[in-house]
Amino acid sequence: MDHEPAHRRLRLLRNLPVAAALMALGGCNFVVLHPAGDVAARQRDLLVESTVLMLLIIVPVMVLTVLFAIRYRQSHRRADYQPDWDHSIHLELVIWGAPLLIIICIGALTWMGTHLLDPYRPLTRIAAGKPVAAEASPLEVDVVALDWKWLFLYPQYGIGSVNELAAPVDRPISFRITSPSVMNSFYIPALAGQIYAMPGMETRLHAVANAPGTFAGFSANYSGAGFSGMHFPFRAMPAADFDQWVASVRAVPDRLDRSGYLALARPSSNEPVRHYAGVDPQLFGAILNLCVEPGRMCMHEMAAIDAKGGLGLAGVDAVLPRDVAASRPRAVFGANPAYVASLCTPEDPTAGGRPASPARLDLSPPLIGFGLSLPADLSAPASLTLSPVPAAGSDS
Amino acid sequence: MIESQQAVSPVFGRLTLEALPLHEPIVVYTFVVVALIGVAALGAVTWFRLWGYLWREWFTSVDHKKIGIMYMVLGIVMLLRGFADAIMMRLQQAMAFNGSEGYLPPEHYDQVFSAHGVIMIFFVAMPLVTGLMNYIMPLQIGARDVSFPFLNNFSFWMTAGGAVLTMLSLFIGAFARTGWLAYPPLSGIAYSPDVGVDYYIWGLQIAGVGTTLSGINLVTTIIKMRAPGMAMMRLPIFTWTALCTNVLIVATFPVLTATLALLTLDRYLGMNFFTSDFGGSPMLYVNLIWIWGHPEVYILILPVFGIYSEVASTFSGKRLFGYTSMVYATVVITILSYLVWLHHFFTMGSGASVNSFFGITTMIISIPTGAKIFNWLFTMYRGRIRFELPMMWTVAFMLTFVIGGMTGVMLAVPPADFVLHNSLFLVAHFHNVIIGGVVFGLFAGMNFWFPKAFGFRLDPFWGKFSFWFWVIGFYFAFMPLYALGLMGVTRRLRVFDDPSLQPWFVVAAFGAFLILLGILSFLVQVAVSIKNREKLRDTTGDPWNARSLEWATSSPPPDYNFAFTPVVHDVDAWWDMKQHGYTRPLAGFRPIHMPKNTGTGVFIAALSVILGFALVWYIWWLAALSFVAILAVAIGHTFDYRRSYDIPAAEIARAEEARTRLIVAGAAP
Repeated sequence: MDHEPAHRRLRLLRNLPVAAALMALGGCNFVVLHPAGDVAARQRDLLVESTVLMLLIIVPVMVLTVLFAIRYRQSHRRADYQPDWDHSIHLELVIWGAPLLIIICIGALTWMGTHLLDPYRPLTRIAAGKPVAAEASPLEVDVVALDWKWLFLYPQYGIGSVNELAAPVDRPISFRITSPSVMNSFYIPALAGQIYAMPGMETRLHAVANAPGTFAGFSANYSGAGFSGMHFPFRAMPAADFDQWVASVRAVPDRLDRSGYLALARPSSNEPVRHYAGVDPQLFGAILNLCVEPGRMCMHEMAAIDAKGGLGLAGVDAVLPRDVAASRPRAVFGANPAYVASLCTPEDPTAGGRPASPARLDLSPPLIGFGLSLPADLSAPASLTLSPVPAAGSDS
Repeated sequence: MIESQQAVSPVFGRLTLEALPLHEPIVVYTFVVVALIGVAALGAVTWFRLWGYLWREWFTSVDHKKIGIMYMVLGIVMLLRGFADAIMMRLQQAMAFNGSEGYLPPEHYDQVFSAHGVIMIFFVAMPLVTGLMNYIMPLQIGARDVSFPFLNNFSFWMTAGGAVLTMLSLFIGAFARTGWLAYPPLSGIAYSPDVGVDYYIWGLQIAGVGTTLSGINLVTTIIKMRAPGMAMMRLPIFTWTALCTNVLIVATFPVLTATLALLTLDRYLGMNFFTSDFGGSPMLYVNLIWIWGHPEVYILILPVFGIYSEVASTFSGKRLFGYTSMVYATVVITILSYLVWLHHFFTMGSGASVNSFFGITTMIISIPTGAKIFNWLFTMYRGRIRFELPMMWTVAFMLTFVIGGMTGVMLAVPPADFVLHNSLFLVAHFHNVIIGGVVFGLFAGMNFWFPKAFGFRLDPFWGKFSFWFWVIGFYFAFMPLYALGLMGVTRRLRVFDDPSLQPWFVVAAFGAFLILLGILSFLVQVAVSIKNREKLRDTTGDPWNARSLEWATSSPPPDYNFAFTPVVHDVDAWWDMKQHGYTRPLAGFRPIHMPKNTGTGVFIAALSVILGFALVWYIWWLAALSFVAILAVAIGHTFDYRRSYDIPAAEIARAEEARTRLIVAGAAP
């Protein structure tokens, strides 16, 4: 409970500058209680409100426990000893009713808060009393949790960065999050609550930064040996500075294409910040659908084929051997490393480097994933182009 | 990182000399110390010619009381291992600042926190809770043993076998580096190709057989073997909680078994249940493991709630307040515990409605739990509270647990969970409820029932040392973690960048050190009590002026528990008997039919450990051989027709007469 006083002081200091709050706390940064983004602030409010509601019952219970323990100790020999008293309908009503009422209140808060602060829900305000302007477009960031570093792609700008995230203040940010390997959790406490990054799945997060500054971002789910080093600075900056930052990233010589990504995805820890002036625009869709390697069928294609009844026995052989030296260890009695080969389509008759076959993919009507929103590139042809796509101004 | 496929020898599988962690000095020293202690212990047993005694009287015993004590010994031994892991973690986290890497490399540190969780839950909390249920519950319902005495022995040895296999990983190979629930894909063969996760799987599967069978056994016992007059609403409250816990075990442990079996198929046969290739889904595992995992925490806490109820009413000298509402609260918690599992992963992108549903069901559990706290409170009200050790632990629990309950409801609010999930706040929360709830309760129970099991009380002086070190140590160790969680610090980190966090970790390490003193004080308490046993002797069988049937018999109870099966007229059966001037029958004994000891449980469990070891290391011939041997022993056991014997009436008369003499001698001075 020793955080409790700090907690209340923070409530009082909410409208004062960050520096004052930090001084009041003697240098400790309770970032969860004093975040720099509206979403995290509202999550904090809910945390504090539910705590206060519960203290309404917790404090009396603790006081009564101590009181009864002292008052009714044996050495007191009080006259009101009632060894057979074990029932009171009024008391029973109170002890079931009081927690029930409090839980009804917290439950109502929870229902509303969970829906309002659903990370999948686009923001409607950037701060209390400041709705999102109708013409404002959120900053889109695609997040990839790699072993053990973070890759950020900015599809609106065609740039990318490793282990550094920048965003303008007061502009909503729309994250799409995935991972090609194990589970991680994408978390910037000052900005908004966390959401997992999981292979073959896309999670979403909408958030906004309200104050400039550099904040800690990291993985909040243990992911292996390099986990401790898997953190990055989140730089919230005024819009003009952000434009400058984008320009500086565009000035670097590096580009990120599929082969560059596959090299980057190999496990490594404590990676320095890296920038990419150009990124293959279809890269994130390929990462999400686990088909960056040439010739590999994307998960959304597989799901679409399966939804249509699958390929039957003909599909059994549609696997390509994986490069054994480069692949991860396999089960002792498992098949040789392989992946499902992509099918040839009229757009890409040599998919997977195999000769064209008459098999065809009929992908109308639109594809529906397993409760996930549609990836951005689903309107693209069924099989992703597999040769590296030169990004604008690419020199590779 | 990417390793080529390992060679599997037909004789030794993938076991090579490199599996011995000779390059890890910490493990080598640990091994030397453990080996010295082990040799000393085995040497002492041999020197004092105790092997025959241990084998006949303990290892092969089907007496629920002896099995209960063996469970407790297992739990306490494993507590030392699990706590060693805890101290190592706290030291590492207190050191690894300002560019220091601490003293543990990631491949060691990641094993330490995984092993800590697995051992504390499966091999400390579970055996201690099961041990108390095993010992006390049949006595409370006036039974002579459990329904299936051989199964009980077998269950214990399977649990011990799982612990042995898990401990082997310390010295041969490595343990899992995945966290205690081994989420895939990290626990899949692609990311964890070594033996760690296989040790985890087979350790838990072997122990799981024991736990499931023990659950079936105890449920059957409570349903079928109650003394005459003991209707369900006259069950002692600890037995009620034991019933609910064992129903939970029977319903959930098969889920764990199935989940681990699917993971095994992924790892051994290259199936893809939990990979993201070929249509599998890692989230399937996360759902399944928590469908077991959440009821698991109620499996631990419910019997402990029962202990607090018994202690509160005994030491307040009062009937338990609100027995009926206590029973219903327990049953409601049992049912609700199946409806909350998703709150362990609100942050995996379920929709807002799903998250709200599971958040609110979680909060609803706090209503019956709150009712229980109030019931203990009003049990103390207008009582005459004796602050013996069990009652001290109970009051400490009531003050500590409500904090853990409160932080639990905070975490049940999904938007709040988004900022606290996987943080040290979460770590502080579940230690708050497991230490402040389960562990405090186990100490209350051990201090309460120790005189019943051994015939003398535990020394209160060292018990108070242990109590204060534990309670104060707990607050020092975990309150800083709440604060660190609010600073956004996540769990399982090995090194830190922000030097301002270090003081908090140092305080937490100091707290862990205090808890170490608490554990040592407990061991000293036991040793001193054994030394002073004559002074602490309980001659009456009822040292606390208690209320339920286990206190009606002698301390320790005879093999047959009760010479005559008691007849029950009230919830507090023994209290009722005392009030109505019960006199112990001294004649008219009849022979008692009892089950006979058998070594089958030991043999099957030992073979299961060999089977598990062989499967971990891919030694296929040994796996096949030990599997066939298990079948052979099991089938062989069915031909053993000499499974019971009669205690002659004369022997019972002798035992009861000895008790009479003891009571008279105790009352004389």
